[in-house]
Amino acid sequence: MSMEKLLLRNIGVTDSHTLAVYQSRGGYQSWEKVVRNMKPAELIEAVKASGLRGRGGAGFPTGMKWSFVPKDSPKLKYLVCNADESEPGTFKDRLLIEQDPHAIVEGTLIAAFAIQSHTAFIYIRGELVAGAKILERAVEEACRAGTIGKNIFGSGYDLDVIVHRGAGAYICGEETALLSSLEGGRGWPKVKPPFPATHGLFGCPTVVNNVETLAALPWIIERGAAAYAAMGTEKSKGTKLFSVSGHISRPGVYELEMGYPFKKFLEEDCGGVPNGRKLKGVIPGGGSMPVLRPEEIEKVNLDYESVQAAGSMLGSGGVIVMNDTTCMVRAAWNIARFYAHESCGQCSPCREGCHWMEKIFYRIEHGEGQAGDLDLILNISGNIMGNTICPFGDAAAMPAAAFIRKFRPEFEAHIAEKRCTVRY
Amino acid sequence: MALEFSPETYKKFEETVARYPKKEAAMLPVLYLAQREFGHLGPDAIEYVARLMEQSPARVHGVVSFYTMYNMKPIGRHHIQVCRTLSCALGGSERITGLIKKKLGIEPGQTTADGRFSLSEVECLASCGTAPMMQVNDEYYESLTEEKLTAILDSLR
Repeated sequence: MSMEKLLLRNIGVTDSHTLAVYQSRGGYQSWEKVVRNMKPAELIEAVKASGLRGRGGAGFPTGMKWSFVPKDSPKLKYLVCNADESEPGTFKDRLLIEQDPHAIVEGTLIAAFAIQSHTAFIYIRGELVAGAKILERAVEEACRAGTIGKNIFGSGYDLDVIVHRGAGAYICGEETALLSSLEGGRGWPKVKPPFPATHGLFGCPTVVNNVETLAALPWIIERGAAAYAAMGTEKSKGTKLFSVSGHISRPGVYELEMGYPFKKFLEEDCGGVPNGRKLKGVIPGGGSMPVLRPEEIEKVNLDYESVQAAGSMLGSGGVIVMNDTTCMVRAAWNIARFYAHESCGQCSPCREGCHWMEKIFYRIEHGEGQAGDLDLILNISGNIMGNTICPFGDAAAMPAAAFIRKFRPEFEAHIAEKRCTVRY
Repeated sequence: MALEFSPETYKKFEETVARYPKKEAAMLPVLYLAQREFGHLGPDAIEYVARLMEQSPARVHGVVSFYTMYNMKPIGRHHIQVCRTLSCALGGSERITGLIKKKLGIEPGQTTADGRFSLSEVECLASCGTAPMMQVNDEYYESLTEEKLTAILDSLR
């Protein structure tokens, strides 16, 4: 893993969060180049050519997302940076927010210009109070330096950036829920279509991009789309951040070229499972994604296609490692409880189903499981999948079903012996 | 007695609303102002914010009750929030919660009799690589051990 760092290039540098340090390392030169010399269409084409895909979890091509914003709309347009990082096992955006806020601001400015937005928001989860202050300070510094504001670099282009704090709700990471929240309401997802690109914030054309996606833009402009596209695999270009947690020797945030071998990453870069224990299961892309057994990751590479072929998803890159002392019933219950707590309550299959799954996992773990419980959970999970207006339902249903399918004998033993067979 | 912002907070309210393209978008930051001013967001505070924001109290109540960071009931000076989601659970968050319960004599959802501490279990706080962890008011405390936890609790008066 001796590749050049794109996203983590300023991490660990003293005072990396300040404008002075950011500029001394070439910061805001990409923005100046964009706003003074580039046309929006040219910028969109460059980002399309780079192959950059959204890093929030869905992996949708960023340049294409921008291109859906109608150019002739008389309405205002909005760019929103999604800094509502809440996916279980994911803490990469927080690192960038706290240590490289200007890269996020610069990326936000570049994306706003691409869709010709003059007001951009950075929506940060409410709990990250320190992060919000750091971002606010970065925006203030950038305003004073003239990289945000009126007539930026003499280009005639005006752009304002507002840092907006959420107030505690996982669902606000979903883009339409985020917009409902930003409109001052409950964070309720909206039916798509219409998509935010045409009917977003206050009914105006809006693009929502993840922190990590935006932070990649200054590098892409500086070094060129071809340099970015030269990294990674055929369909997964560039680099990606991975947050590694759980039973692992060296937890933390890692930047990898897309397509890096999963097993090598865990064993060599992260130091493997500590204390002489063995790997029992690993979630590759945050709590929403199906767990994989050790033999399933043998030939998996960390890119969208390879992880999907193995039956899971790359998602946010939140890697949660579980050793052989882990009770998979308890882990499944933990994740089910998360979704039961966070369901926004709009769609019945999700609102009711998440609570049922949580209760059934709980009773299996606590010695009260009944014959038929596992099929009941699979049935509930199947009835949630695809039957909700946002991807939260699938995010709750997929891991529940995967835990049972991958570790069924352990669940059956809990039910047969009416106790947790792993912990005691 | 009807609640009202102090002149300083009212000025902040006006500045906040002026930052946004539409007044309604300032709802979350205005609720934060109200929570800081009034301690919690009870029915009187909700009615006051509704009037300020030109919305119905029912809508404001709906917003307040949706988000975990707005407290509808009085809360202790130090709100301890222990993350319980998977990475923290693997790292021993149940033990941390158990130690706090024992030391303070309260369950999650309760406040100590002297009003010093409230305890909650919360979902993922994006601090999974430094599990177990907790948030107390605005501060994150990471990679918790029993010794660290005791020192933190003793330092919070």
